[in-house]
Amino acid sequence: MAGEKTVETTGLLGWIDRRFPLSKLFKEHMSEYYAPKNFNFWYFFGSLALLVLVIQIVTGIFLVMNYKPDGELAFNSVEFIMREVPWGWLIRYMHSTGASMFFVVVYLHMLRGLFYGSYRKPRELVWIFGMSIFLVLMGEAFMGYLLPWGQMSYWGAQVIVNLFSAIPFIGPELALWIRGDYVVSDATLNRFFAFHVIALPLVLIGLVVAHIIALHEVGSNNPDGVEIKDGPKDSKGRPVDGIPFHPYYSVHDMVGVAGFLIVFAAIVFFAPEMGGYFIEFNNFIPADPLKTPPHIAPVWYFTPFYSMLRAITTDFTWVLAAASVLGAVALFLRGNLRGVWRIIVPVILLVLAVLLRTIDAKFWGVVAMGGSVVILFFLPWLDHSPVRSIRYRPTWHKYLYGVFIVTFVILGYLGTQPPNPVFNLMSQIGTLIYLGFFLLMPVWSRLGTFKPVPERITFKAH
Amino acid sequence: MIKKLLGVLALTLTCSVAVAAEGGYKPDNAPDRINNMASLQNGAMLFVNYCLGCHSAQSMRYNKLTELGLTEEEIQRNLLFTTENVGDLMTIAMTRADGTKWFGAAPPDLSVIARAKSVNLGPSGVDYIYTFLRTFYRDTSKKTGWDNAVFPSVGMPNVLWQLQGPITHAQADLRQVEQADGNTVWQRTTTTYDPQGYAQVNTETVQGYRGGPSVTNTFRGTDQARSNAFDNDVADLANFLGWMAEPNQLFRKRLGVWVLLFLGLFLVVTWRLNAAYWKHVK
Repeated sequence: MAGEKTVETTGLLGWIDRRFPLSKLFKEHMSEYYAPKNFNFWYFFGSLALLVLVIQIVTGIFLVMNYKPDGELAFNSVEFIMREVPWGWLIRYMHSTGASMFFVVVYLHMLRGLFYGSYRKPRELVWIFGMSIFLVLMGEAFMGYLLPWGQMSYWGAQVIVNLFSAIPFIGPELALWIRGDYVVSDATLNRFFAFHVIALPLVLIGLVVAHIIALHEVGSNNPDGVEIKDGPKDSKGRPVDGIPFHPYYSVHDMVGVAGFLIVFAAIVFFAPEMGGYFIEFNNFIPADPLKTPPHIAPVWYFTPFYSMLRAITTDFTWVLAAASVLGAVALFLRGNLRGVWRIIVPVILLVLAVLLRTIDAKFWGVVAMGGSVVILFFLPWLDHSPVRSIRYRPTWHKYLYGVFIVTFVILGYLGTQPPNPVFNLMSQIGTLIYLGFFLLMPVWSRLGTFKPVPERITFKAH
Repeated sequence: MIKKLLGVLALTLTCSVAVAAEGGYKPDNAPDRINNMASLQNGAMLFVNYCLGCHSAQSMRYNKLTELGLTEEEIQRNLLFTTENVGDLMTIAMTRADGTKWFGAAPPDLSVIARAKSVNLGPSGVDYIYTFLRTFYRDTSKKTGWDNAVFPSVGMPNVLWQLQGPITHAQADLRQVEQADGNTVWQRTTTTYDPQGYAQVNTETVQGYRGGPSVTNTFRGTDQARSNAFDNDVADLANFLGWMAEPNQLFRKRLGVWVLLFLGLFLVVTWRLNAAYWKHVK
């Protein structure tokens, strides 16, 4: 018929294909998307993150049907869901466990990227979209955490929103604007609810689509960090070291899904509070604006960053200022910066050193916390190692990664604890290690003896 | 300005009292009776009789007690004092404002108190309640005539005193003290409250002590049989509060076993399916 495309498919599928590229999309992203054959355990977490996103959206829809975003009703409406709504307890526990497991999965997914250099050229945008997802996820989790309207919800939100008031000049007004009131109140609850159930999920889904489109444009990296596109190809031009995502990786990921669901169900059914770390016990006390809890700790997935916030004391800004001056001198004398940048960057660092000592330490705490997330965006340009994968890096690089991971975990632990002098010192050292790991990466990542990278991926048939 | 400063000071003081109330006393282990229906029923009876006058349990319906093996008629006849409908929530007549006026702080709602009082990776809220309710002692210097070792200066009077019977309480506070000559010695200050609530303080020097400062509380009932029965009742009451904090918990765990069995099977299927597909990949 006039105006209709000619397609290979027939019947209903043919009818659709003439109007919508269904088969084409399926081929491009599933059955003819060639992924390297040598994916290992670490490659489960991408699809698992998608699974958790679906769990969160579906359980979230059912929670919204019964939840009341109202300062007077919110707390009891959650208990109503737990007791009176048929299967409400299961939906709620799936959602609360899903929130924590989202971060478990995403942290492991990011760690995989770090191990195998998956952010390196040409995958910078894959990484940046992914980091944006992480950032939005943090906002989503933070705003969602206010909704149960318990003491930890309330005071956690109070503490975090107050951070914005540390920004010079506009801070207090900004915090007021975010809250919509002088303290966290019903107004705050309502707007956080709107952001949590509509605004951020929309952004999140959009970013996930962009993340996957970008990934499928450049192709997946793999544990060896070599391009399968550069390897041999068959008569149809398909990479020999690749394999169609569907059915090979779709069935493979099902194993990961089964394993993940076992862990997930074990938590939901046998330890939904996870010892007070997934659901904080203090949150079973209704929000009380007049009664500050003796110890306010954010949920575990924020605590590494929270530790860095608390680490920046007035004394500690001396250390940071000294580090900036050292950096300025080193960049001026030994850096690879060209032209005017050789002057501009060191000058910026010197100004930073002065500001570190003139603006309140609380502000720099906020900067450190924000910066520790933002710095990850720049990873593709910080890593100057000649190889992508950790497999072919010098052994001491592996130890460095180990130190970084341990530091991150310790910072996470410290963030759950009430502050004391020893812990403060530990989190200051941890902050230096964390920031140093990334800021010095342009230097250390190219040092050492690298192992020869194979021409093709290493794959052992099952 | 002065008023503001006083306000801040008062707030700080309340906060520090709250801090003092949280720390310190290590809770006893409550006996695990969550699967014991008789214990839960006894706990429900004690709860309705002794707690529900001042504390509400707003998230709890009376007829939820049918899950503990009681019939609606039994609930109607024996447990329904403040309302007529067995489907009603466990609310109370006292307002928060009145509670604050009468007790210094409004008695908290007890629906989820057992979860709220749990400590991360530590003692459960049931342990806390079990200990809290057994550590009241007479102290004539307090407004209610009672004090509590777990929650010092608590606003709540010892509502279970009739069950508990007369007790003596001794608190031994062992700490380092500096003497006039500049030497430090370990000193144990024992404050003993007799069953009428009169305190007797006794200070002694301890020789050759190694270790840190410590506070030990000893409670002694004058009637051992009555004390044991009281402990047993409090264990049931704490057990009930633990159940009420999440009435679905028993079903949740039972269901969890089946879900995990299914997922285990699912894992085997996916594992074999995956192996079948990848067998020929060279």
